[in-house]
Amino acid sequence: MPKLTIDGVEVEVEPGITVLQACETAGVEIPRFCYHERLSIAGNCRMCLVEMEKSPKPVASCAMPVADGMVILTHSEMAVKARRGVMEFLLINHPLDCPICDQGGECDLQDQALFYGFDRTRFEEPKRSVEEKDFGPLIQTFMTRCIHCTRCVRFATEIAGVEELGLTGRGEDVEIDTYVEKALGSELSGNMIDLCPVGALTSKPYAFTARSWELGKTESVDALDAVGSAIRVDSRDGEVMRILPRLNEAVNEEWISDKTRFAYDGLRRQRLDRPYVRRDGKLEEASWDEAFAAIAGQLEDAPGQRIAAIAGDLADCESMLALKDLMAALGSANTDCRQDGARIEAGRRAGYIFNTTIAGIEQADACLLIGTNARFEAPLINARLRKRYLAGGFSVGFVGPEVDLTYRAERLGAGPKTLGEIAEGEHPFARVLDHASHPMLIIGQGALARPDGAQVLATARAIAEETGMIADGWNGFNVLHLAAARVGGLDIGFVPGEGGLDVAAILEAASSGGLDAVYLLGADEIDMAGLADTFVIYQGHNGDAGAEAADVILPGAAYTEKDATYVNTEGRVQYTRLAVFPPGEAREDWKIVRALSGVLGQTLAYDDIGALRARMAEVNRIFAAPDEAQPAEWGAFGTPGEMDPAPFAYPVENFYMTDPITRASVTMAKCTELARSVNKDKTGTDG
Amino acid sequence: MLREEDRVFTNLYGAGDWRLKGARSRGDWDNTKDLMAKGADWIIDEVKKSGLRGRGGAGFPTGLKWSFMPKEPDGRPHYLVVNADEGEPGTCKDRDVLRNEPHKLLEGCLLASLAMDAHLAYIYIRGEFHDEAERLEAAVEEAREAGLIGKDACGSGFEFDIRVHRGAGAYICGEETALLESLEGRKGMPRLKPPFPAGAGLYGCPTTVNNVESLAVVPDILRRGGSWFSALGRPNNAGTKIFCISGHVNDPCNVEEEMGIPLKELIEKHAGGVRGGWDKLLAVIPGGSSVPLIPKLVCDSVLMDFDSLVEVKSGLGTAAVIVMDKSTDIVAAIARLSKFYKHESCGQCTPCREGTGWMWRVMERLVTGDAGIKEIDLLLEVSHEIEGHTICALGDAAAWPVQGLIRHFRPELERRIEACKTAQAPAPAGTRAA
Repeated sequence: MPKLTIDGVEVEVEPGITVLQACETAGVEIPRFCYHERLSIAGNCRMCLVEMEKSPKPVASCAMPVADGMVILTHSEMAVKARRGVMEFLLINHPLDCPICDQGGECDLQDQALFYGFDRTRFEEPKRSVEEKDFGPLIQTFMTRCIHCTRCVRFATEIAGVEELGLTGRGEDVEIDTYVEKALGSELSGNMIDLCPVGALTSKPYAFTARSWELGKTESVDALDAVGSAIRVDSRDGEVMRILPRLNEAVNEEWISDKTRFAYDGLRRQRLDRPYVRRDGKLEEASWDEAFAAIAGQLEDAPGQRIAAIAGDLADCESMLALKDLMAALGSANTDCRQDGARIEAGRRAGYIFNTTIAGIEQADACLLIGTNARFEAPLINARLRKRYLAGGFSVGFVGPEVDLTYRAERLGAGPKTLGEIAEGEHPFARVLDHASHPMLIIGQGALARPDGAQVLATARAIAEETGMIADGWNGFNVLHLAAARVGGLDIGFVPGEGGLDVAAILEAASSGGLDAVYLLGADEIDMAGLADTFVIYQGHNGDAGAEAADVILPGAAYTEKDATYVNTEGRVQYTRLAVFPPGEAREDWKIVRALSGVLGQTLAYDDIGALRARMAEVNRIFAAPDEAQPAEWGAFGTPGEMDPAPFAYPVENFYMTDPITRASVTMAKCTELARSVNKDKTGTDG
Repeated sequence: MLREEDRVFTNLYGAGDWRLKGARSRGDWDNTKDLMAKGADWIIDEVKKSGLRGRGGAGFPTGLKWSFMPKEPDGRPHYLVVNADEGEPGTCKDRDVLRNEPHKLLEGCLLASLAMDAHLAYIYIRGEFHDEAERLEAAVEEAREAGLIGKDACGSGFEFDIRVHRGAGAYICGEETALLESLEGRKGMPRLKPPFPAGAGLYGCPTTVNNVESLAVVPDILRRGGSWFSALGRPNNAGTKIFCISGHVNDPCNVEEEMGIPLKELIEKHAGGVRGGWDKLLAVIPGGSSVPLIPKLVCDSVLMDFDSLVEVKSGLGTAAVIVMDKSTDIVAAIARLSKFYKHESCGQCTPCREGTGWMWRVMERLVTGDAGIKEIDLLLEVSHEIEGHTICALGDAAAWPVQGLIRHFRPELERRIEACKTAQAPAPAGTRAA
């Protein structure tokens, strides 16, 4: 291990790291703009210059590998003078419009200027101004502020995998630009806003709405897909002002998808902020008592088997368990959380989670994607796959329609036929998996949410078992879910009990008059036509398909408005935290169910969230171990049998709108419109 | 003064045939196989012994540079890249080599490649050198047809080929790592060092980048022996060198001379002297636009080699001698160079991107004197803030001419500022315009 002297202190560091990293281990922070741990090294901002013994010139510490016996001075006259010079150069053409800049208060340039800047300018020439660029509805550009660190360019090229940004021009005329004027075609583009060390790239929806220091900051997790990205919810005056990523190396590293980041305006629109009861065919505002009374009236004489409950994609574990307990108390086994009809069983956990874990992808050396467009279904898992791909020695094959995953992936076939060939060992890719030391597969809902899903699942299990995906310390079998609620629902057992009906059966029974009431816990993705003649209770937060079909609406809380448990696709138990209160009369969801249970005379046995969580841990002990992805025991699942030869279809057609919140979001609507227009303009020769 | 028999570039002026036949008659490609048979170590040793320093401007010992290439094969190919992107203002030496002595370069490429175990050489030629590129391509074709390069180069069993690649007109692509970027098809922007090209250069493989002139003298060094070359010139500044003399001289020319020739002798013997006589001399930029100028007083006695010019705070650079007589507006001349560097900065490093434009704007005002006295010091400080703080040497190249100007012509700058102030001053009180 190389030993070097940093500011007179001798430190021993890992070989192969840079001087800047060595300084950090020694507790010396080096200012930087272009350097970022997760991006390639550009070394162009020159802010990290340090003095190195025997070098006549200061060296860029971000790019200099450590060597034994190096003597580094980080605050010598030479180093500080160099940084002062760089800072002066950065500021001469920077507009210094901090008072009207959204980056103000969280700007690297502002912070460093405090240490290395002069308090007046010596530059008397006209400042440069740069034309704004159109980066689409998410990113606002103020290119005059750009300091050309190229972090955004490197992010787009390396992490997001879209080579759409570059440095054009030369010298003082260089500009960051899309080569052809167009919006960025990445689901991760918002991360450039965080990466930009100045206010050149800022959030368009957030523009001029708040200053960073007046925001309340709540650490939470995202619920808009099944990844469970760590987020920070910034709020003011009871409103979510923006959502930013938090560091979680195991899940999202430090990125979040554009949906996670920008869908928050959907939390303010079309909200259900008070109970409603349908009278004479019209939904009318009501009090909680009236709403509960209407439900009690309907359920009074209904036998248990004539009521049913469906949990939606955003439902939290607390409310699902409370509702399941209530349904059990009412004598109903008709509960289901798989509103897309996915043929997954609740019993064998290894059969429905992402066993490899997201971070585990980096150990894999071959991957088979089955009926999943990970880029739209879980952009961060796709980003992890890309990261693994860039590291080299990673073969990816997919079964499903043609798709651009941002990395090289071989299309093996369209559907179950190809899958069968791989399982039989007749397909060349079976050998790729065989030869890999850590093979993995990811099966998506496009392959499972179909009538032969159980057979497809069994075939995938066979592939996993036969190609060595299941080994000591390695499990390469992965199910990619779309909904934040799904794994939690399966863990809780929100599936049909003994003789109970599943979603399809519930809808069929309802349309033939076989049910007296259906309780929709945020379920909006089902065919509401089947429920037209049944009493529908809808509990949720956004007015969407479910609310429209409802006879009673119970206003619940969105994921930013409650302390709730979600389990991500890896089976990682995580908590959201209340950042703002639910609007109006709306309440936390489990409390609504608990209150209703009292009115129905079936009072649930928990009065506070502590007791409820204790009950959750009793139902499934994984709830006792939050924030960990627990290995699941392998075993039999799926139903071997004939598969339908119909090809797989990807379930997410429009990445930006997948649930009631994103459908209510204006920002997401703009993104949708843009994505559609881009696709429409394609002539087939422009790719 | 260089003796005729020591001259390397005997067809520098194109009096003879540039083609293979003519080149052979001048001794090129003469028994190259024998030289190759002596092996890589011998070649590197001889070049080291010759004291040859890189002719592209930085003056790094060529033999030493070659010895940095990995000795043990690791599966990656080695490359030789020839920097023929000659764009330094005032410099036109490589152009004449490419025009009239292309086979010297090609033979040098073969021998250097053998020494470094490279089987492919790329010649990156400046895009504006249209005719030169065509000649070079023709020469490569001739050599290939004659079996001098190819599967069995010169019958030695060594496989070697040369590709000619034309640049697209960016000065920065003459910087060795920017050249590699450009050769790989990307925008010409210098790379961070380390890793140095010898470790990871073209396509990530061990690469050596050499100037045209450096390689073109190698066959002669190997034929006549390193000691012959090192005996020419002065210690640590050995050999012959092509000087490009331009500006206010009677007979601007390229001329091959011994290193260490006095500047005055060089100008008077080969360029017909300064226009109107030596006393009319104002200053000389001795090594291409990027080195600081030296005033007449220094020119009187300075020797033209690396170390002598460093002693007078300038440099040999590419040995492009730009002569300026007393009719020159020296401030405007340097301002023009500042504009050039501002225009050619690639824009990645902050100091160069922002600083070159700043310097140019101040320089433009200094031409008319429309500036404050303090701005001279400001300019000097800005130039020091750029110098040494960038990835490549373009920042230094932009700073040095300005520093040279202030070092030697500060009174002239101050005079202009005063004159401008006087001209702009309001009429004294009590006087009235008619």
